[in-house]
Amino acid sequence: MTSTVSVARLDDYRQVAPRGAVDLLLRLGERLQGRSLVNVSGSRYRGLTIEVLNRLVPVLNDLGIDTSWEVTIGTGDFESVTHTVARALAGTEQVVTDAMLARLREVCAENAKRLRLDADLVMVHDAAPLLLVESRAGNGRWLWRCHHDLSSPQPQLWNMLRPVAQRYDAVIFSDARFAASLSVPRFVIHPSVDPLSERNRDMGRSEQATHLDRLRVPRDKPFLLQIGQFQRSHDPLGVINAYRLVKKHYDLRLVLAGSAPGSGDNVLAEVQEAASQDPDVRVILLPPDPQTEMNALERAATIVIYKPLIAGFGINVSAAMWKGKPVVGSLAGGIPNQILPGVTGYTVETVEGAAFRIRHLLGNPELIGRMGAAGREHIRRNFLITRHLGDYLALLAMLTK
Amino acid sequence: VSGEPFVFHGGVDLKELLPYEAHDVRQLLEQVGRVPLESLFCHTAAALLHRSTQPTGYPNDFAHWTGHEIRDQRLAERLAAIDPFESGSLEEMRGELTATLSDHLQHFPPSVPGPGVEPFRFFQTHLVPVPTGHQARTLREFRDALAEVDVSALFYHLIEARYRLGRGRGDFAEWVAAALELPQVAERLGAIVPYGGSLERIRDRHLTVLTAALDEQQRR
Repeated sequence: MTSTVSVARLDDYRQVAPRGAVDLLLRLGERLQGRSLVNVSGSRYRGLTIEVLNRLVPVLNDLGIDTSWEVTIGTGDFESVTHTVARALAGTEQVVTDAMLARLREVCAENAKRLRLDADLVMVHDAAPLLLVESRAGNGRWLWRCHHDLSSPQPQLWNMLRPVAQRYDAVIFSDARFAASLSVPRFVIHPSVDPLSERNRDMGRSEQATHLDRLRVPRDKPFLLQIGQFQRSHDPLGVINAYRLVKKHYDLRLVLAGSAPGSGDNVLAEVQEAASQDPDVRVILLPPDPQTEMNALERAATIVIYKPLIAGFGINVSAAMWKGKPVVGSLAGGIPNQILPGVTGYTVETVEGAAFRIRHLLGNPELIGRMGAAGREHIRRNFLITRHLGDYLALLAMLTK
Repeated sequence: VSGEPFVFHGGVDLKELLPYEAHDVRQLLEQVGRVPLESLFCHTAAALLHRSTQPTGYPNDFAHWTGHEIRDQRLAERLAAIDPFESGSLEEMRGELTATLSDHLQHFPPSVPGPGVEPFRFFQTHLVPVPTGHQARTLREFRDALAEVDVSALFYHLIEARYRLGRGRGDFAEWVAAALELPQVAERLGAIVPYGGSLERIRDRHLTVLTAALDEQQRR
């Protein structure tokens, strides 16, 4: 089952990738022509992993590498079981019963019979299809691509799943700090941003203005922006407090944009209450799939804040830096891997630290432009999807013959 | 007109996380003495592969970690001064690192790391060499191709060739001397020191030398 999304060609990236990078990838692709790669995920519709696969699968095929994308399917409670297991692997306390694991095993075994897995390289993404490896056959090499933080999984569950993970030939993590101890080789491949996607494509000022007007963000003052779910883990109240410290000295706005929280997290009400007392705080509940809106907001912002208390890799940071914005970010997850402190933005540990750094930037406006430009170049070299493609090609070259 | 053409290779690299990590300076000393030499290469010379063109502080990962995580500026400065491009071999560089760490520990016993300090995690870089499609037979073709190739070609022909594979002064200088018979230009290229710079800066410095040599040829 091959992806049917819009086809992108590697040549399309010449204008945005580092000098010479596309030629190098084309040459490497030539060397690997005829090899096959199958990706397996638990969904085709949600998450950054899916966005990257949507783009990489056609590009890999365009390079002559027979690349497909299979999706595990399970009926009934399978989806909720995989979510529970994924959360437990990420360290959130969950009740994972033997029956749930048996269900996971049973569905993976059924899918193994149905899916076309006879490739030189089988890349299994995340928890849902993890147990497929128990049915591995043929001479292909198998990789588990763990996109989430596996540094502190629920111990009882991990005791059962670790031997499964070790049946893969290697495991790939998004960040070294997310890695679990394993007896098989562990590679680190950072996530990436796609500069041609709706989220990151170039957008002129007039189009930005149209979207800002629709989102009711006035354009009369500079604004700070944080995009993130309205959950306590994203610390929107901390961001408001940092803004208030800055607001004493600068006339500016704060825009908090994100999706609505799940049940049980009432931080949105508190954020809205805080916003109701200050007309310069704008709270935006983004529509589903808000790629265009996020693009416009990031491009129009003066400084982007990304200050979660806990985070995954936090590739939102790279998305903002690609748009030439300095980012003031927390030390959570993969954020410190993206921000070069003092060069592309700042990492901070406190509300006061965030306020101080923002004030420093506003007081030295030339720094905003300089750091933004440095950030864009840093992303161009290290966090674009072309680098991600190179990583996957390198895996094919190293692990398959 | 040259003999054999110069074929530019670049590379894509993959980082493998090794089962070694250090939580304080004493552990760093132990692990530096234990890890494969390839890992020391990864954290020193190969750190150039992804270094920003902007100044980011310390030139190797050991100095960066002691400076930013352990907050021991004195040790960070001493580790930063270890130049992997000057050490005779990776084994000699290991000796310099362990001597520096040992000496520091004799005078400054390691403090207990504060909360939130990330351990030093050891990696190994796997470089998959790839022909870039560029080749050159003359000095001008060489200069023009060097301006165009992926920056990893600089790493492959200068850093990987010279400091890990032991290919003389690096592939550029060796080819200019042997195939173009331009020993003085080769000497100037071989004298470009990569320490502390970025690959783009190193490219610029090579282009400056090559452009000057071409101007000189034209004046004759």
